[in-house]
Amino acid sequence: MDEILEILEGNSRYSEDEIAVMTGKSVEEVHKAIKEYEEQNVIVGYTTLINWEKTSRESVLALIEVKVTPQRGEGFDKVAERIYKFKEVKACYLMSGGFDLTVIVEGKTMKDVALFVAEKLAVQEHVLSTSTHFVLKKYKDKGVIFNKKPEDDREVLFI
Amino acid sequence: MNIEDMVLPSIKNIPSSGIRKYFDIVNEMDGVISLGVGEPDFVTPWNIREAGIYSLEKGHTHYTSNSGLKELRAEISRYLNRRYGLDYDPENQIIITVGGSEAIDIALRALVGPKDEVIIPEPSFVAYKGCTLFAGAVPKVVNLRAEDDFKLTPQLLKQAITPKTKVLIMPYPNNPTGAVMTHEDIAAIVDVLKDEDMIVVSDEIYSELTYCGNHVSIASFPEIKDRTILISGFSKSYAMTGWRLGYVCAHPVLIDAMKKIHQYAIMCSPTTSQYAAIEALKNSSDDVLYMVSEYNRRRRVMLHGFRKIGLDCFEAQGAFYVFPCIKSTGMSSEEFCEKLLREEKVLVIPGNAFGACGEGYIRACYASSMENIMKAIRRIGNFVSKHCSKQAD
Repeated sequence: MDEILEILEGNSRYSEDEIAVMTGKSVEEVHKAIKEYEEQNVIVGYTTLINWEKTSRESVLALIEVKVTPQRGEGFDKVAERIYKFKEVKACYLMSGGFDLTVIVEGKTMKDVALFVAEKLAVQEHVLSTSTHFVLKKYKDKGVIFNKKPEDDREVLFI
Repeated sequence: MNIEDMVLPSIKNIPSSGIRKYFDIVNEMDGVISLGVGEPDFVTPWNIREAGIYSLEKGHTHYTSNSGLKELRAEISRYLNRRYGLDYDPENQIIITVGGSEAIDIALRALVGPKDEVIIPEPSFVAYKGCTLFAGAVPKVVNLRAEDDFKLTPQLLKQAITPKTKVLIMPYPNNPTGAVMTHEDIAAIVDVLKDEDMIVVSDEIYSELTYCGNHVSIASFPEIKDRTILISGFSKSYAMTGWRLGYVCAHPVLIDAMKKIHQYAIMCSPTTSQYAAIEALKNSSDDVLYMVSEYNRRRRVMLHGFRKIGLDCFEAQGAFYVFPCIKSTGMSSEEFCEKLLREEKVLVIPGNAFGACGEGYIRACYASSMENIMKAIRRIGNFVSKHCSKQAD
């Protein structure tokens, strides 16, 4: 049934009818599978991939490396939770290597992000240090290359 | 001197492709959805392209040996063994060719001449008949039937065999019908062949693109393996059409004969492409799986679409074509294709371009984006309902 997930991950706008045809299953089967995925939180949500740079919206994105002291019995989870609950945090990952958490923060301006880091993130108990990197340009996100629309440039020939 | 007289009559008599006119129309039009071209819409996976580029950076810009890079032949040998249980010695049983097309040409030129007959099941890829004629031999067409799912049956084969038969072309998975032959189907053919003195030229270029079970190679039947010339390549499975790279595997005696033509006509296949192909065989099986599952979804969407429109469509299980029957529209294949192109801007190919028995059918290629396929199906639906309601009036 994972094929349904693959299809939806590529394009969540396909209807259940369309997915049924693509996978050779009945519409009922597809409907039931998707419902189950949603209930089990396998499908966590549906979103749209937008290249905001092409719109008038001003926003900046930063990747912040955070070093944390893990807590007895809770590891990093408790600290992570306090961080990822901020609406400014778009993503939060526990990392191996030289630091512990990657926190992706979005704000309207660089100042916004800097203030968020200074006032909300760095001051958290158990946070040892932060290192902020601003995203200058998105080339590719979620497997999609941003700057060009793929076009069919195959020449016609007889085969 | 009349320059026309200088062209061999046998060449002059080969009609130019009847579908060129559609291509001319396409070039003048905007917004055409082409389901006409038989090549993957995917770009060659980056790791393969990168390997080609790296070979250039390293300065691998010379000829290779006539048969092709030894490492590539060894990889092909391993691949054929792991995928289809075949056993070919890279030393003397494989030649790297310029696409499957060159392989078809050198196989036929090495085997047949005037009066020899070549059995060609149709509808099928046009090069078989062309190359047979170039070799001066006689094409003996077998008309495949929709009721047999466009498979070659032992009865049809037996009827076509004469004392002059020297070669049977086995074009499966098939362009343009999408038909495949199962183990059982091939076993029945092998049963007929084992008592005949003839060579099988098996064009398995679409072997990776099968959707209902694994491809079976006729060369895996020990009774006739030595009499089989296996043709395959990288174009369809790895989306490498422009690299022009294929290969041919056979008994050393046959390879030796084909190599003589290959070394004079071609010298060797493109070196860059050969380096890229090594990477393809070593590290791109996941890419193939991905593309095959994509094609399979599109195949289902297309079959479903044509059937919903009301056109009979046999369950194509291989390659990337469906071959719906358009007889119910009252139009000929060519009429259907030309009107569809002019009125709804969708290019499909008339079935009779692949042999007279393809009349009444069209070939639609689903190596195109899902979005385009869905749009094309809607347009074809409009077209058919418009013309069929007219017909009913």
